[in-house]
Amino acid sequence: MISRLFTFKGGVKPDSHKDESAGAPIRKAPLPSRLTIPLRQSTRAMARSVVEPGQRVLKGEVIAAPEGPMCIAVHATSSGTVRAIEAQPVPHPSGLPAPSIIIEPDGEDRWLELKAFDYRSATPQQTRDFLRDCGIVGLGGAGFPSHIKLGPGEKGIETLILNGAECEPWITCDDRLMREHPDGILSGALIMRHITGARRILVGIEDNKPQAIEAMRAAVGRTSEAEIEVVAVPTRYPAGGEKQLIRVLTGIEIPYGKLGTHFGVQCFNVGSAYAVFRAVEHGEPLVSRVLTLSGNMAHPGNFDVLIGTPIRELLPLAEPRADTDRYLMGGPMMGVALQSLDMPVVKGTNCILAGSPVLFPPPPPEMPCIRCGACAQACPAELQPFELYWFSRARIFGKAQEYDLFDCIECGCCSYVCPSRIPLVDYFRFAKGEIWAREKEKAAADTARERYEFRLAREEREKAEKAAKLAAKTAAGREKAAAALAVAQKPAATPEEDAKKALIAAALERARAQKEHVQPENVGNLTPEQQAEVAAIEGRRAEIRDMAKPHLPQED
Amino acid sequence: MLRVLLALMPGIAAYVWFFGAAILVQIALTSVTALAAEVLILSMRGKPVMQYLTDGSALVTAWLIALTFPSIAPWWLTVLGTLLAIVIAKHLYGGLGQNPFNPAMVAFALMIVAYPSLMSQWPAVGAGDFAQHMNAIFGPRQLDAITMATPLDALRTALHTADARATVAGVLGSGASFGNIGGRGWEWIAVAYLAGGLWLMQQRIITWHLPVAFLATLFAVAGLFSLFDPTQFAPPLFHVLTGGAMLGAFFIVTDPVSGATTPKGKLIFAGGVALLTWIIRSFGAYPDGIAFAVLLMNIAAPLIDRYTQPPVFGRKQQERGKP
Repeated sequence: MISRLFTFKGGVKPDSHKDESAGAPIRKAPLPSRLTIPLRQSTRAMARSVVEPGQRVLKGEVIAAPEGPMCIAVHATSSGTVRAIEAQPVPHPSGLPAPSIIIEPDGEDRWLELKAFDYRSATPQQTRDFLRDCGIVGLGGAGFPSHIKLGPGEKGIETLILNGAECEPWITCDDRLMREHPDGILSGALIMRHITGARRILVGIEDNKPQAIEAMRAAVGRTSEAEIEVVAVPTRYPAGGEKQLIRVLTGIEIPYGKLGTHFGVQCFNVGSAYAVFRAVEHGEPLVSRVLTLSGNMAHPGNFDVLIGTPIRELLPLAEPRADTDRYLMGGPMMGVALQSLDMPVVKGTNCILAGSPVLFPPPPPEMPCIRCGACAQACPAELQPFELYWFSRARIFGKAQEYDLFDCIECGCCSYVCPSRIPLVDYFRFAKGEIWAREKEKAAADTARERYEFRLAREEREKAEKAAKLAAKTAAGREKAAAALAVAQKPAATPEEDAKKALIAAALERARAQKEHVQPENVGNLTPEQQAEVAAIEGRRAEIRDMAKPHLPQED
Repeated sequence: MLRVLLALMPGIAAYVWFFGAAILVQIALTSVTALAAEVLILSMRGKPVMQYLTDGSALVTAWLIALTFPSIAPWWLTVLGTLLAIVIAKHLYGGLGQNPFNPAMVAFALMIVAYPSLMSQWPAVGAGDFAQHMNAIFGPRQLDAITMATPLDALRTALHTADARATVAGVLGSGASFGNIGGRGWEWIAVAYLAGGLWLMQQRIITWHLPVAFLATLFAVAGLFSLFDPTQFAPPLFHVLTGGAMLGAFFIVTDPVSGATTPKGKLIFAGGVALLTWIIRSFGAYPDGIAFAVLLMNIAAPLIDRYTQPPVFGRKQQERGKP
């Protein structure tokens, strides 16, 4: 039993608006007319397509393979035909299109042959690889690959936390999942406990979801496993923030730049636990997720939706009202406005919220900051948002960083309480973006400078080499001519002429010696080790060229 | 800002009860002047006038000027003070949220330096009727019957200029200015300000840091010196209940724009104001020192904030964040 709950500073209590959709059982969304499955998973990870346009795929078939440690496999989420592999708009604040695989479902929704995974007789690494190949990521929103989070930390993981807090207003998908599939969620958690060797499991649920708490507790009662506790945490946004929930349940504060594993604790969304269960016990890759359609809708509800379903095809299920003027992906506090309804549902999509001028009235005009400090009192990261605001606004980004800009979790509490209605988080996102852009620019400039300096050096060397060659050629020609002359004039040679000839020969010799000196210095006289190194580098280059070949434009 | 005005109401009511309705005339004068100046400057600066006018910040400044100036000061004095506060102290520095100095205190300090005698003519409790007060404000002025030195002024004059045998107890017991603890009438107005201030705290408009640090420091330093030499230093409760102390604690040092903002910074800021106030009251040439004390600490506020930044989540480097 945990003896007491901790608190985090700050936070707000917005209207929860859970009743609109919390009563609606999860319904399966119908098969869409097409599926757009993005290959990019994060700034550092993009899967490599292994299918060709025209190819038929089954539901659950791998269509893109993971590249690099942060990447997971990508699967066809229904059976059908690959129509194209091209850049498509995806739900991301940048709004930039990203390479995606487009599948036209055949309507059969036929699974690949599925095989459960015996994690008990597998090593943790094998299970983690299996989860990676099943495309399991965190379903709370950030989409961090689960196999990484389940990896061995420095000290191992003591506490495994299941995040069922769901603190954002309007969203109820985790609530429904916990009510309807508590045993599955728990099984997933037990599998994760097996992988990590964690001692205890804590399930944190905000106390405004009594049915979910009840269902999870009943599921715990049905298992024979020990050290599992379902904890009701006080309802206060952002109690479901990973760091906040860890703080509330364990008292541990994880600073920016550190991971839970550094502190022996790891936190997973309940949906992720359920996905782990489906993958391990049923062999199902992550091809669908539960999301909430709510807001300005006639029939808000929770739906089991295939990844890649265009949002436009999803909306009729909840019937948006006529005065809907915009859609948010995510909740009202942290969600981002959708620029296009053609964007697909991705693994991090937990909610589509319809907005109207009545439901979400446009904010009143922004007023100057009066440094009242309300934002600082509300900030769960314990920052001084108004200071960050001054620095961001004045573009003094160094100062903003000094005041811990990057500790901001963009929860939106500051904007929510600001009496001057300043959209503070927008300023912080802007400042972060600028800083990232500058760092990128600086890195690019550094690379460019290095390249330029290298080119200068190379040109210099080539010039020297050319000059040497030329000198060698001229010297050789002169030598030949002199030799021919000598042969022709030999009979008439006098001692004086001999002396002259000797002088010329000596001069030529000197010239040749000089020319040999001008030889490039770093290619001759290599030690065996250096030569081996050069050979290894050449080998790697050849490898890279081979790897790059399929991506290069085809030449015919 | 509206609630700040509301919180001033009990104090104003007590003011009217003891010193007559002249204060209401002054409040009207400063309010109209402040709003007019605000409209003028906002339109000159090309800002949306209504949006800024309705934030109430100009009215708070206006009311504080009316409440810190003598209620029978000539009309042009309060009008001039208000203009200085709004035009120079506020808008020339960039307007709402940008002023480094508390505008009302700038007005008070400038006026008491420029017109020391006019700023020292305060009404006596119950002396004179409304008509006489109006004459004092709009002329012709006949002040003898209605004015009286404020308690702080009377005490200072007695202790520093009269014969060397004067003691605090003697002065406080003698003069008609003095009431049970503080100034006659003033002590009750202070209690009314306290009530309004506590309501502001309950409404979470202000935090406890500034008022508590201000009053506690003033009480502590006054108490210490009064223990040390009770004949020359006034008792702590007298300090807390006279002059602008209570108004200052809840309505002046709490100005967020020009003050410190971190929790620790607020304590230092308000403590500094209290200490300077006591020093000016006890040793300075001016009867009350809150205005100068606030302005001096305003200068230090950015530095205080700079060095009192609280640690952020997960960076408290003691046991809490560690496994």
